[in-house]
Amino acid sequence: MSAANGRLQQRFAALKAEGRAGLVAFVTAGDPDANASAKILAGLPGAGADVIELGMPFSDPMADGPAVQASSLRALKNGQTMKKTLALVRAFRRQDDATPIVLMGYYNPIYIYGVDRFLADAKAAGVDGLIIVDLPPEHDDELCVPAMKAGLNFIRLATPTTDDKRLPTVLANTSGFVYYVAILGITGTRSAAAQSIEQAVKRLKRHTQLPIAVGFGIKTPKQAAEAARVADAAVVGSAIVQIVADHVGKTGKARPGVTAAVLKQVSLLAKSVRGARR
Amino acid sequence: MTLNTFRAGPDERGQFGIHGGRFVAETLMPLILAVEKAYNEAKNDPAFHAEMAEQRKHYIGRPSPLYFARRMTEQLGGAKIYFKREELNHTGAHKINNTVGQILLARRMGKTRIIAETGAGQHGVATATVCALFNLPCVVYMGETDIARQQPNVFRMKLLGAEVRPVASGSGTLKDAMNEALRDWVANVEDTFYIIGTAAGPHPYPAMVRDFQSIIGEEVREQIQQAEGRLPDTLVACIGGGSNAIGLFHPFLDDRGVKMVGVEAAGHGIKTGKHAASITGGRPGVLHGNRTYLLQDADGQIKEAHSISAGLDYPGIGPEHSWLHDVGRVEYVSATDKEALQAFQLCSRLEGIIPALEPAHALVEVSRRAPKLPKDHLLVVNLCGRGDKDIFTVADALGVKI
Repeated sequence: MSAANGRLQQRFAALKAEGRAGLVAFVTAGDPDANASAKILAGLPGAGADVIELGMPFSDPMADGPAVQASSLRALKNGQTMKKTLALVRAFRRQDDATPIVLMGYYNPIYIYGVDRFLADAKAAGVDGLIIVDLPPEHDDELCVPAMKAGLNFIRLATPTTDDKRLPTVLANTSGFVYYVAILGITGTRSAAAQSIEQAVKRLKRHTQLPIAVGFGIKTPKQAAEAARVADAAVVGSAIVQIVADHVGKTGKARPGVTAAVLKQVSLLAKSVRGARR
Repeated sequence: MTLNTFRAGPDERGQFGIHGGRFVAETLMPLILAVEKAYNEAKNDPAFHAEMAEQRKHYIGRPSPLYFARRMTEQLGGAKIYFKREELNHTGAHKINNTVGQILLARRMGKTRIIAETGAGQHGVATATVCALFNLPCVVYMGETDIARQQPNVFRMKLLGAEVRPVASGSGTLKDAMNEALRDWVANVEDTFYIIGTAAGPHPYPAMVRDFQSIIGEEVREQIQQAEGRLPDTLVACIGGGSNAIGLFHPFLDDRGVKMVGVEAAGHGIKTGKHAASITGGRPGVLHGNRTYLLQDADGQIKEAHSISAGLDYPGIGPEHSWLHDVGRVEYVSATDKEALQAFQLCSRLEGIIPALEPAHALVEVSRRAPKLPKDHLLVVNLCGRGDKDIFTVADALGVKI
């Protein structure tokens, strides 16, 4: 399966045919532990996630707010590694070959794993794309270009500070979809204003044919619906991993019911996204 | 490969060999490019240089003396030891050389709010100081662990009108403070200038901080010519991020006869894993906007650094040092907490100068090296900060109650 006609392209084409936007659900691999994480992942498509954004935990997640920072540290504390993250995707693919998975994270764990080895293993595991926060287009030769050659989508973040002059640079080597960062800031902090999202999506559409997903600052089903009205997908992350946090005791062990609680929240978000344009 | 010059870096991508670069989120990228553009313009503007010169002379109190350490020289019985007295600068360390430069740039860019990270508190104090001078609001991020061990500097910053925001994440030290400052910057790109305290971070910071600190080496060059009629033989400086060291070294990099030694913090000892020696005990990786030697595990997760000196307690190092190590121009060694404490006391008693724990690490290397060198060997060590801030830490380590 090439990146040009892979699960992401098929999924967004299907959403377009249905006349609705998709829900991109973010969870961190290995959060709260390997076992619960696998169950959550397996349940996401059934709960209504159209695309899965799977966080690769990193010790120093500079672009993330408290909720995602904490989820990353929980996973690391319970022994999550890059190998385990890729194994998690492999296990998911045995039962689901349609839901796209994009890995989100920071460059260092990939750099240390080895870029070529990582791309080969990720592709073999059934990963569809990568979102790497600290690799701007100025460093495309590091991972972006090799990833596209290896048949993986490289999804870039466009932000309110990416002006019309810079947008073509950001979009040049982007595939799969464009991830619009709706706020100035880190994940899960401010809330995005519906009006500014609409204007931003219109601006991006003038520059690209790719689907636009909107994230950062989308927490509630209502906010997800507002984004889904104007964009091709809404991304929710912090609000989902916060549910995990709420089900972890002081010992760091997940309480029973964590999977059900996370999936329930995802289904509420999905319902809202699906009904947004009616 | 023989290089024509060691002073040409970074390249147009902001890299020194494989090190350096601009590994930042897209939200920051346009701003980083704007800082680079503004800095390049300032560098070519005589008015900017005139303003720097004025501030250096009348506010910082430069030039700082190059002092012949007679008693230490006699005690060690070898090389002739000179101290570059950066601890005599206003605020008591070399850090102010950089904050004055960056705040002038921030003003040129029309920024109205300043943020900074700090470890020992020296950079926080130096930033709070220039913010008071230029009447700009200042937020300093500082790890909770560092706040506990550097109370005097925390109070200093508050007196100067800065807001000190405690950082609880990670180990509550410099690395975590830098993460939090970057998070603030992403959320406030329009009005905020981030004054980074060391020669690290995304391009153009490593080059810009180096340029502002190079006044140290430039002065040494003139002063040693005056005192001895020739260039020094060896330069020694401690390295956390490495701004005092690159400031001393850079003007001499192309003088092949000048040997240079950077001293990292070995904490409890390199073998214990509890140290802050990125070059000696780490490997290249990407953090805080640049590629450089980092302390990290096999999975690319960043490890906590350890040093008795809060200013050296960082798991990375400026990218230019990483490159100077790769090409072999500068030698990098390390000194433990224990050795630094001994040197701290030795310098206090022999010279009547209480050094900061940071340059005490450099003095360890001086004590090792000087006895083996001939009496006409000229050795310059950068005394980059005074030790008043450290007396509580030192008393605690020596088991003294004050």
